[in-house]
Amino acid sequence: MKRINFPITDEQLLSLSCGERVLASGYLYTARDAAHKRMYELLQNGEKLPIDIKGQAIYYVGAAPAKPGYVIGPCGPTSSYRMDKYAPSLLDLGLKVMIGKGARGQDVIDSMIKNQAVYLIAVGGAAALIAKSIKKVDLICYEDLGTEAIYRYEVEDMPLITAIDSKGRNIYVR
Amino acid sequence: MKVREIAAQELSSAVEKLFKECNYYIGDDIMDELTACRENEDSQLAKDVLTQIIDNDKIAADEQIPMCQDTGMAVLFVEYGDRVVVDGEGFDAAVESGVRNAYVSGYLRKSVVNDPVFDRVNTKDNTPAVIHTTIVPGDKIRITAGGKGFGSENMSAVKMLTPSAGVEGVKQFVLDTVRYAGPNPCPPIVVGVGIGGTFEKAAQLAKKATFRSIKTRHEDARYAQLEEELLGEINKMNIGPAGLGGKTTALGVNIETYPTHIAGMPVAVNICCHACRHKSVEI
Repeated sequence: MKRINFPITDEQLLSLSCGERVLASGYLYTARDAAHKRMYELLQNGEKLPIDIKGQAIYYVGAAPAKPGYVIGPCGPTSSYRMDKYAPSLLDLGLKVMIGKGARGQDVIDSMIKNQAVYLIAVGGAAALIAKSIKKVDLICYEDLGTEAIYRYEVEDMPLITAIDSKGRNIYVR
Repeated sequence: MKVREIAAQELSSAVEKLFKECNYYIGDDIMDELTACRENEDSQLAKDVLTQIIDNDKIAADEQIPMCQDTGMAVLFVEYGDRVVVDGEGFDAAVESGVRNAYVSGYLRKSVVNDPVFDRVNTKDNTPAVIHTTIVPGDKIRITAGGKGFGSENMSAVKMLTPSAGVEGVKQFVLDTVRYAGPNPCPPIVVGVGIGGTFEKAAQLAKKATFRSIKTRHEDARYAQLEEELLGEINKMNIGPAGLGGKTTALGVNIETYPTHIAGMPVAVNICCHACRHKSVEI
């Protein structure tokens, strides 16, 4: 199976094709509904984001708490369509990889093609299994949002599937 | 008439145990069906997705960690014996204590916000729960409880059909709802269908249907047949595991019914992901 690294190189990103399965390693940021809303509002007000997302990957997740002795609790993907309203603004700033589950709207797909980005999915509900590939967790910002705060994960061989590639080919359209 | 006293502490401990266990241990009905459906799939990708789900559920049970990070909003169906008195803090408060203790000490995610539109501040202990209580004769309390994840809850729908729509109208609404949901509710799903009653009764029946084993069928043979038919139709949609195509879109379809008004035929479809979590206890 193909291995990729985050932050992703242009060469790796362009090589991913719809339906292709990968094992991802490296660093990604987490953000879901509430963090996206805050970032979007900052951009609307002409302010800077708390993280530099150029070239980065964002995983749509809100982990469960870690049991003692664990790096993290179960942390499977959440439904991506809820981030559709916010995603094009982040893609315009250079976000390269979105990771979640489920279909995306046409506005997001158009923006992905324009900005050369990919959308990868993890298996929804495989949260305990996915947690095994998270090696380190750092809180980055929005601590008050709890599980919805922005974290940085170090991941190793995280099992993902290319759902929409940089040419806009979509696994959900059959 | 003799009244039975149940200590609030006993009730709250039972509720705590229900929520921890339903989040750690998937039911045998679901595990058996996941395993059978994996054998039945032709596509390697569908098989692999089901393997990930099966492996995931085994890890959760072995390590006593939640099978999904979305440990849900707490929903309870209570049959409350009319000769029971809950001593101490009272029934609802004891249930809320049990939910709080489960989510805090069981490493379950706290997913509830205090206000739906304006504040949306996390309550930090997953309370309040949604409690459906029926008073029944007797001196026992029976509780069926589950954590309901919202990936699938968001894909649910209610429609006020009228009598002329008939069984075909019911079928079409259920199938349209599942098709529209597509990959979003984490298929393979369990489909709970509530038919009859009023607007809110149908929705409650649909939720209750998802809290029933998928190995049970409606006691009326006509509805049992409708459950089988709908399952067959849904599994022809090629939505498949994780929405990536395949023969396993739903693991089961459960219907619950209730008498209704001469002018109406309410139908509710409550979709549950493959982490269809529910446990029961009698106190």
